[in-house]
Amino acid sequence: MVGEAAIINTAARASLWLQPHRIVLILIALGLVLSAAFFMRWDWLPQYWALGLMGIWRSLWILAVTCVLGFLIAVPVGLAQAAGSIWVAAPAKVFCTIIRGTPLLLQLWLLYYGLGSLFPQYPWIRESWMWPYLRQAWPYGVLALTLSFAGYEGEVMRGAFAGVPKGQLEAARAFGMSRWKIFQRVWLPQAFYRALPTLTGETVLQLKSTPLVATISVIDIFAVSSKVRQDTYLTYEPLLLLALIYMAITGILVLAFSRIEARIPVKVG
Amino acid sequence: MLGLLHSIEIAVGATIVGLFIGTCGAYGKLYGGPVVRDLLAVYTTVVRAVPELVLILLLYYAGTDLINQVLTAIGYQRVDINGLVAGIAVLGFVQGAYSTEVMRGAILAIPQGQIEAARAYGMSPGLLLRRITLPAMLPFAIPGLANLWLIATKDTALLAVVGFFELTLATRQAAGVTKAYLIFYLAAGVLYLAVTLFSNLLLGRAEKWARRGMPSIKDAR
Repeated sequence: MVGEAAIINTAARASLWLQPHRIVLILIALGLVLSAAFFMRWDWLPQYWALGLMGIWRSLWILAVTCVLGFLIAVPVGLAQAAGSIWVAAPAKVFCTIIRGTPLLLQLWLLYYGLGSLFPQYPWIRESWMWPYLRQAWPYGVLALTLSFAGYEGEVMRGAFAGVPKGQLEAARAFGMSRWKIFQRVWLPQAFYRALPTLTGETVLQLKSTPLVATISVIDIFAVSSKVRQDTYLTYEPLLLLALIYMAITGILVLAFSRIEARIPVKVG
Repeated sequence: MLGLLHSIEIAVGATIVGLFIGTCGAYGKLYGGPVVRDLLAVYTTVVRAVPELVLILLLYYAGTDLINQVLTAIGYQRVDINGLVAGIAVLGFVQGAYSTEVMRGAILAIPQGQIEAARAYGMSPGLLLRRITLPAMLPFAIPGLANLWLIATKDTALLAVVGFFELTLATRQAAGVTKAYLIFYLAAGVLYLAVTLFSNLLLGRAEKWARRGMPSIKDAR
């Protein structure tokens, strides 16, 4: 019975979505895509297959690492702004303003070219264990993207922390929970569920800023497409394929987050 | 300094183009026919899902190339497209998708009764847009549009990648010549920050002006 209803429901939804004008539009789009595929050159594709997959993997890796690290920084930044004294809140506020007020490309180049040109002048850095990493480009990319994510998400977390009803915290205090327990068991989960929808948006934005690391010679999918463009003198094909890949990743991200978000109402109120 | 000027020129131009596209797009999405609505949905989805850098490369190289090919096909001479115009067009196209969504939300936030009242008075659609819809949606739209303006100023930095001379590229060249990377990049950062803070000030004023006569947010709580 339930299954039948579900089938009817999907059928009804499909017929609602597939209106006549949409079928015409889709046919036109398909024709465009097919003719494009026919007229464009794709013979370079097998040669760059492995490199492309490596690039996609690198982009996703940077995205995941910077989002997780950035979120870990964003929590104290947001908490400091929402609940800290002025001496803690002001630096966090300044951090967010600086990150949000300057272009990411500039931050990236500042870290890579600026700090990167400063470090070799100090022997104690040159001889430390960190030097092999500091000579490469990707740590600077990860650092810049992490700080950027922390800056934007810190502001979001401020709102999320402030949005948790005061009564919840008072109730936890009345139960005799310690301050750390209150934060860990009540405040942080509540704020996290509140921040989750914005977190989706921020993650997609973060995905869209990962190609910037290609400008400091980190080989991600964007850099691979630039290499293809330089090698083959083709403009449209690699860029269109690149756009399609990013759209696919965005779509998967949004779907995954909406799955998680669907479970929020169970946990909050 | 010329770089900063170029950056601001592009940001202003792109925002104006984006606002125009956004207003038309929002109207199309809300009141247009099904075909217009679907095409606009594709436009906003695609532009918002693809990184700005990729879009800029695509539109900057492919767009200029396409225009030239079309021109030669009809029998005109190839034209050299001005970098400034191309930058404004590209960023405006990107901004348009975002501002379409902002404007759509803002128009939806207008109390329906106001529009119905205007219709009941016999206002023509143009007059309705000019006298009622635009002023009434402004307070709802300004926070989102302010965000877009700030994004536009920062997106101009991306044009440095395609070799357009603006603040970030100017900084890079100056830093490369003098080898004082850190100082020049820090200075550029301060300049961008100054633009942001200054526009925050102006936008706060603008919001206050647009909200005049409306109940203040503090009273509502």
